[in-house]
Amino acid sequence: MPLDNLIQTTLDNGLQVILRPSQRAPVASFWIFYRVGSRNETPGHTGISHWVEHMLFKGTERYPRGEFDKAVARAGGVFNGMTGPDWTVYFETLPAERIELALQVESDRMAHASFAPEETESERTVILSEREGSENSYFYRLHEEVQAAAYHVHSYRNPIIGWPADLLALTREELYAHYRTYYTANNAVAVVTGDFAPDVMLTQIARYFGDLPSGPPPPPVRIQEPPMHAERRVVLRGDDPTAYYLHAFQAPPALHPDFFPFVVLDSVLGGAKGMGLFGGGANNRSNRLYRALVERELTVDVNSSFGPTIDPGLFTISATLAPDIEHRQVEAAIWQEIATVQREGVAPAELARAIKQTRAQFAYSSESVTYEAFWLGFSQVVASLDWLATWDEQLQAVTPADVQRMAQTYLTPDRQTVGYYVPTLADDASPVVRDLSRDLSTVATPAHKEIA
Amino acid sequence: MMHALPSPETIVRTMLPNGLTILVRENHASPVAVLQGSLRVGAVQESPVQAGLAAFVAGMLTRGSAQFDYDAFNAAVENIGASLTVAADTHSTDFGITSLAEDFDDLLKVLADLLQRPTFPPEHIERLRQIKLVGILEREQDTASVAARRFHETLFGREHPYGRALDGYQETVSALTRQDLVDFHARNFSPQGAVLAIAGAVEAQHVVDTIAAHFGDWRTAVNAPPAIAQARRAAGEHVHVSMPGKVQSDIVIGAYGVRRADPEFYNVRVANCILGQFGMMGRLGERVREEQGLAYYSYSAVVAEQEDGVWFASAGVNPDDVDAAVDSILAEFERLGSESVDAEELADSQAYLTGIVPLTLETNEGVASTLLNMEWYGLGLDYLQRYPSLINSVTAADVQRVAARFLRPAACVVVTAGPDMMGAEEDVAHRG
Repeated sequence: MPLDNLIQTTLDNGLQVILRPSQRAPVASFWIFYRVGSRNETPGHTGISHWVEHMLFKGTERYPRGEFDKAVARAGGVFNGMTGPDWTVYFETLPAERIELALQVESDRMAHASFAPEETESERTVILSEREGSENSYFYRLHEEVQAAAYHVHSYRNPIIGWPADLLALTREELYAHYRTYYTANNAVAVVTGDFAPDVMLTQIARYFGDLPSGPPPPPVRIQEPPMHAERRVVLRGDDPTAYYLHAFQAPPALHPDFFPFVVLDSVLGGAKGMGLFGGGANNRSNRLYRALVERELTVDVNSSFGPTIDPGLFTISATLAPDIEHRQVEAAIWQEIATVQREGVAPAELARAIKQTRAQFAYSSESVTYEAFWLGFSQVVASLDWLATWDEQLQAVTPADVQRMAQTYLTPDRQTVGYYVPTLADDASPVVRDLSRDLSTVATPAHKEIA
Repeated sequence: MMHALPSPETIVRTMLPNGLTILVRENHASPVAVLQGSLRVGAVQESPVQAGLAAFVAGMLTRGSAQFDYDAFNAAVENIGASLTVAADTHSTDFGITSLAEDFDDLLKVLADLLQRPTFPPEHIERLRQIKLVGILEREQDTASVAARRFHETLFGREHPYGRALDGYQETVSALTRQDLVDFHARNFSPQGAVLAIAGAVEAQHVVDTIAAHFGDWRTAVNAPPAIAQARRAAGEHVHVSMPGKVQSDIVIGAYGVRRADPEFYNVRVANCILGQFGMMGRLGERVREEQGLAYYSYSAVVAEQEDGVWFASAGVNPDDVDAAVDSILAEFERLGSESVDAEELADSQAYLTGIVPLTLETNEGVASTLLNMEWYGLGLDYLQRYPSLINSVTAADVQRVAARFLRPAACVVVTAGPDMMGAEEDVAHRG
């Protein structure tokens, strides 16, 4: 994605600013990223970044609770906040002539969120409710279990929303301290895209954000996940009748040289993705896993997932089982596909398709100033703008041999965490459990043979 | 010019002799083209014992047509990073294309073939059936889906197209045959009244010519869709669907709403914004989420179609908080109908509903779906020019009147889905 028209600057207080003006539509989008997420959380404090994000909607002195939302909506705008493993972000997209409002509200709450004790308590139950809504799904629960098993020590093991006991125990003081530590100008990236005059925007950003304090550098994340030497298995049982499968491998981080070859591997196995949070190909049936699982009627869907992270993240394959299919059949079929790539590599046409699909996704994403701003800020936080600018180039440079090497290096039995959600049917519970114990001892064997 | 709202001056509109209407809005800002379209065929044309038929047919269209069998379709769409999707709704079968502009003509050809000449390959019928049956099984484990389904069934009944699940039920989907699919397509798929709306880096006359070449010979004439009966069977039911093992309950509360063409429609739209949309989910968000901390989401929505639709609130809460949340939502319904909304609160929602328009028109997809709606509901090509006055002429008295008329708490159906609580009432009870 050629990043023309890009303006980058850093204010004296350390705030990084990225502007990309365009006149495609009379709208503008303002995003502010903070370099904090579940990655920065310590045991006992999981979920604190997400909760802080919620508290920034609960009022400041200037915009008491509800006033900020009303001001943006009244201006014909939309807003939201999101918390990820590596970042917390807030945005407003507005009719172009109203974009200054975003600068007002975001500069205000960067430093002046109230964290009123009663609001903190009321938000505790809102977040527990958000969590319970997710827990209603056994696929969510399986995902949480597999993620926790896939890491011994790194904080990527924790759910972004936090563990329930932490959500019950966190205090207003801890939340506020987290806010003060990470919400500083020098730990933030501001992005503006859309229809605005760059010189005017720079002046406004300096006016609203220039006087905000910088802080000491936030504590570095020192913890490293040790190399994985043993496969891990998770079996979750429950009442819902649909069986799920989730398979995770530790994968390269955004700035690792293997990242782009791995993007192609992901695309060959599970189909090309949209650009992260937004979009994605609606048609995704010609990838290898779909053919191996859905077309052979082992599962009714299959998805792979891989995205840019600061530290090594996970490549996952998930599927919903067809009736009367056992998890180990799905697992064996997946290993067969992996082994084929390990043995034979991929075809040049598959590489070409992955590149064309990615180009198209970039073109679609670039239609919206909201998506565009997200990508600019996200890239700056997890990698760099250069990394984004050379995405296409780096993808073009990937060879079939690179993709083969990715499969051989990363997709090995010792680097895998395999999760089964097994329905315990009330009228037939024992056979399911018995089958599982057999699965556990035999399932990895064919894979080892294929690879050797 | 580039920033002007789509208007009679900037939209190219053509109707082919076979009754298919084409709308094009050129936008050369990015190399993308988008089509959104609909045919006048949907669940209204299926019988209750065939619930899910329209959706099944829609799902089969991308699984084989005369010139593009399953593999050829996948290659034609996926090799170029495009998307081409088809899905059925109550009154329509909707489809969309997103592609690079350079590939758009090729996809029009694919679309024309699959709408007119699907082949319904037997092996894909069974595969799709399995996908759908598992989907139905999953739907029945999801508290929000279950609450919404029971809400519509309670208001309309499964005999009524607004009361049935679009994807059908285990027994109806299991029983559908290939002949059912073939017959449904032959009887109901027609260019009459169809709309194709295109936005993007295309040349309007070229798009019209290309569509005429691919769709012009389509002459299937069909009977008009059956009229929809007005339903008035429910009032005040309280339904609880027991879902043991779940940790959150979902609530849907509401009643019959308006037709899209009803003069009250814009009054309802503004009232609904105040009730459950504006800012952080309007009054319902403020009370149930912000003040009481009971729910992550608590909002309201309106569905308005050919016949009276629904106006409802939805919330996900801890099972212990179900009663408190239901009481709060009903109290907000009552308040909107009994107290005049103050001038500022009304003006805020009007400013939002009119101010948001440029955002919805930012992308080609947003423009194409707006054009489609304008044509589909007969709103006129000057709809966006008239829209601000439609919204701004709504008065506080209008808001109060529609709330009192449609959201009378005694007339509302309350559906909860989740674990049983101590002392839970009977499965279905009438509140006193």
